[in-house]
Amino acid sequence: MKILVCISKVPDTTTKISFTDNDTKFNEDKVQFIVNPYDEWYALVRGLELKEAQGGSVSILSVGGADYDPIIRKALAIGADDAIRINAEPKDAYYTASQIAAFAKDKGYDLILFGKETIDYNGAQVGGMVAELLDLPYVSIASKLEVSDGLARVERDVQAGKEVLEGKLPLVISCAKGMAEQRIPNMRGIMAARTKPLKVEEAAEVEALVGIEKYSLPPAKGDVKLIDPENAEELIDLLHNEAKVI
Amino acid sequence: MSVLVYVNAPEGKIAKAAYEAVYYASKIAEKEGGDVHVVTYGSVSDDSLAELGQYGASKVMVCRELSEENDQKLTAIVAAAREKCGAKVIVFSFDPSGKVVAPRLSAKLKAGLVSGATSVPEIDGARFSIRTNVFSGKAFATYQVETEIKIISLMPNSLKPEKSDKKAEVESLSPSLPEAGLKVVERKRQSGDGIPLPEAELVVSAGRGLKGPENWGIVEELAEALGAATACSRPVSDIGWRPHHEHVGQTGIAIRPNLYIAAGISGAIQHLAGVNNSKTIVVINTDPEAPFFKAADYGIVGDAFEVLPKLTEAVKKFKASN
Repeated sequence: MKILVCISKVPDTTTKISFTDNDTKFNEDKVQFIVNPYDEWYALVRGLELKEAQGGSVSILSVGGADYDPIIRKALAIGADDAIRINAEPKDAYYTASQIAAFAKDKGYDLILFGKETIDYNGAQVGGMVAELLDLPYVSIASKLEVSDGLARVERDVQAGKEVLEGKLPLVISCAKGMAEQRIPNMRGIMAARTKPLKVEEAAEVEALVGIEKYSLPPAKGDVKLIDPENAEELIDLLHNEAKVI
Repeated sequence: MSVLVYVNAPEGKIAKAAYEAVYYASKIAEKEGGDVHVVTYGSVSDDSLAELGQYGASKVMVCRELSEENDQKLTAIVAAAREKCGAKVIVFSFDPSGKVVAPRLSAKLKAGLVSGATSVPEIDGARFSIRTNVFSGKAFATYQVETEIKIISLMPNSLKPEKSDKKAEVESLSPSLPEAGLKVVERKRQSGDGIPLPEAELVVSAGRGLKGPENWGIVEELAEALGAATACSRPVSDIGWRPHHEHVGQTGIAIRPNLYIAAGISGAIQHLAGVNNSKTIVVINTDPEAPFFKAADYGIVGDAFEVLPKLTEAVKKFKASN
């Protein structure tokens, strides 16, 4: 099975978010960047498990500048075979999806895997766009994936619970919790990752459809109002009369 | 400006988030003068669809030929409906169905998509800007959409619909549909008839402070008394005390209820990210230094095992007298 796993670079989950340039740019100063957790924990690890069980290859694809190389090496250390970086600043989801689709078009991947969303822009867009651009079926928020004889069985979240879908490969899937368990790269993996192929490709000409003009932070909370643990009724009264939420 | 809304009504039931999306669309249509059209599919009754008029829809197009949520067919249906009504703005709910169809449609129509919108767009000539949640609830971004057709996915619980007594006209839509690559072979309903977490207005949540899954009764009793959904912190879902779909936080789901009650959760930055858009936060923790108190509106320094049952009693008393 030929598997492509698309990964994104995001600020570490503990990052305190701030902005610069008159609130038009995310402040990257002293920020630790990581592989987007959904891409790493679920898409990549499930891809590796399928390869280990059934043979084939797992390639990493990222759209980004040279600053993406450390997170790509991390994905290689976890076990991917090789990587491609499309050398461009990801402008918006459509731009990124178009780069991925242009690259993947003639490569014959059986599965193109994503995390269910990135933890920076939370758009949950790129996977669905790639599926449309390649005219492939798309499963979003998948929590299980089994493949046998070219037929995939995928469990996904829907409004009322979960659904199991069946479809022939190739498929595009966005992965969520349940899919696999996080893997910590070992020393051998880290050493091997240094020499695994990382190919840099030129970007296709694509125009972005949306842009961010300004960021803002939620207003600071006032001081917490403490209530005596013996006085539960006072809290209920405040929630009703002051906060007006019940 | 006419606005088209995609409504997902699995098993004939229209979700709360869909009413919000229709009402949100009416707020956009109001700004520019125009109608709200709805597109849906499946077996939902004509009467239920006509009721979407109460939220501002004037016309509902329903494709009865499709009975399951298929990504490729739904994209074709929404595109056909848009073609028919000429809408320049298409609204989805930012829920599992919207997350499948909106991006496909965006790529198909080359229409800019903004996910997780939390307020009505500002429109000024050619400028069309929308505020959304980013960094998993830690910040907001204002997006500018450049394309002629614009797609917005609305974050659930972002606005409170007001109802009128109008009725929408319902008509059928039968566009030619592509082959489906995927087929639904099994459906698993969520256990119980609980309120889906992303839509819940009231949420009671607990963490490791509860010491074990056998102690969740007191959490569920308070939730039941309030009519709230239950949630949990990441460690609790990781060790399997609670199901994954209850995990709120940066790598779980982000919610914005009116009331979030957190018991035995210290309030790590990743957890706060998923809940700090809640209107009111109540924190119950034995440790007065727990970081969550800094993000809370109301706090009780005390033992959840004692405080939660007392709150449940107080809620029952309050409900009985109101």
